[in-house]
Amino acid sequence: MTGTLLVSLYVFVLAMFIGFEVITKVPPTLHTPLMSGSNAISGISIVGALVVAGAVDSPLMQWIGLAAVVMATINVVGGFLVTDRMLQMFHRQDEDGE
Amino acid sequence: MQTLPIIQLSYLVSAVLFILGLKRLSSPATARGGNTLAALGMLVAVAATLLDQSIIDFTWIIVGVVAGGAIGLIMARTVKMTSMPQMVAVFNGFGGGASALVAAAEYFRAGEAGFATDAAVSIMAGVIIGTATFSGSLIAFGKLQGIVTEKAVKYPLQRTTSFLLFLGLLALAGYLGMRAPDGQLFLGVIAAALVLGVLIVIPIGGADMPVVVALLNSYSGLAASAAGFVLNNNALIIAGALVGASGLILTNIMCRAMNRSLANVMFGAFGAGAVGGGAGGADGDRVANEIDPEDAAMLMGYAQSVLIVPGYGLAVAQAQHKARELGDLLGKRGVQVKYVVHPVAGRMPGHMNVLLAEANVPYDQLYEPDDVNGDMENADVAIIIGANDVVNPAARDDPSSLIAGMPIIEVDRAKRTIVLKRSLNVGFAGIDNPLFYLQNNSMLFGDAAKSLSDLVEEVKAL
Repeated sequence: MTGTLLVSLYVFVLAMFIGFEVITKVPPTLHTPLMSGSNAISGISIVGALVVAGAVDSPLMQWIGLAAVVMATINVVGGFLVTDRMLQMFHRQDEDGE
Repeated sequence: MQTLPIIQLSYLVSAVLFILGLKRLSSPATARGGNTLAALGMLVAVAATLLDQSIIDFTWIIVGVVAGGAIGLIMARTVKMTSMPQMVAVFNGFGGGASALVAAAEYFRAGEAGFATDAAVSIMAGVIIGTATFSGSLIAFGKLQGIVTEKAVKYPLQRTTSFLLFLGLLALAGYLGMRAPDGQLFLGVIAAALVLGVLIVIPIGGADMPVVVALLNSYSGLAASAAGFVLNNNALIIAGALVGASGLILTNIMCRAMNRSLANVMFGAFGAGAVGGGAGGADGDRVANEIDPEDAAMLMGYAQSVLIVPGYGLAVAQAQHKARELGDLLGKRGVQVKYVVHPVAGRMPGHMNVLLAEANVPYDQLYEPDDVNGDMENADVAIIIGANDVVNPAARDDPSSLIAGMPIIEVDRAKRTIVLKRSLNVGFAGIDNPLFYLQNNSMLFGDAAKSLSDLVEEVKAL
């Protein structure tokens, strides 16, 4: 096992623990926005997709890159926007909801 | 791959913003800001990546971002709140698909020399998880949208087939990982992973979809993490792990809310047509009381506290606005109104809360079953709209019941209950509901939207 893989594993496991800690506190009322919001975060693979699409390796790679960028962007843009749209609707009794 | 320190540092900033954003999602008051923070984190990550020196040509990047951005924008703007589960399923699928493609690109990039073992493991994991998430999510979308049958699809040797396919897939991936890139065999891995995703989701019934959507959410995060292992990119690893954890927590909550294990949801083929005991409905000796809107309005209008228990039937009838109107009218008369939402009331975790929020129900009137069960005896009237199994006292009283042990909203202990329903038919679990025949319960038969309109008129007339 190489050093980099080991470091990656450390990061992964520790991040899982942070995730459990932070997300356990989210109330059921917000579970749908939590899902769509975290879903948008999983579109982080856009970072890898951009590099694939931008590196001029071969036509095959460019098609793979393009497809990956399109899918990841839909995931990111759509996910954050729809989460915002939902959260906008939540209001307290004393606030004007209209 | 060499990356500039500035890029690495930006990824760290992104990861911190993701965590802070998720943390703010723990209260409705700060949630919107939290989402913006997470989006900002994504923007930082994307901007930093564009500085990467291996990016030479921006043409395809611009085309992809513009096309994907436009599609995402339109979908997010136009989707109906009732269709939210489908959309989250589709987005999950795209996230998984993108991660799989990123891992696949890395596979083809490796030259004739082949891979180091750890790189091969990461790549194969990324491709398999991402691809299965993609196809599984599309099936989930199809089921939620009504394109694929909502019923649990059962076939002989279901578990064995999936398991063997999985083993074969692992063997093929392991073999491939030890050799130089082979396009055709690699396509075989992708095809097998696509089929696996389908096989995982197809046996699961429509009302178990909340669990599946949560699970796929988790997979899409794990796929991103795997892609992060492939690229040695901590931003992907951290973000993916956060989402993976989130999906697992929600999956667990949903399973607990139904008192079923994940294995039971995945393979149990619940509600596949088998009808549980006593589904016969009115057995002659048991008679359900009926009530008309006028009397029901009297009961509620002069009560001190009213619980409104919405089920998915409410959303199907598009009656959430009418329910809120009724709640508001009662509130103006000085009645204390609480909406009690069961975790599995909608088609995804928290779905019913969003539907009620859309209808302008304030979030401080939304309660969980545990919040009200302790004080149920003091509730004057509980009105149940389009819900059935989640208020079935058999879950508590009858150990032989199909839903025994499932946490319920114990409305049967309230002073009076009114059930709005078309008929005495069974719910999703296919079992009879003794609540309907209790002395203090009354049925208000009819379409939920129509009945609620009548109730609103009658309460106004009080």
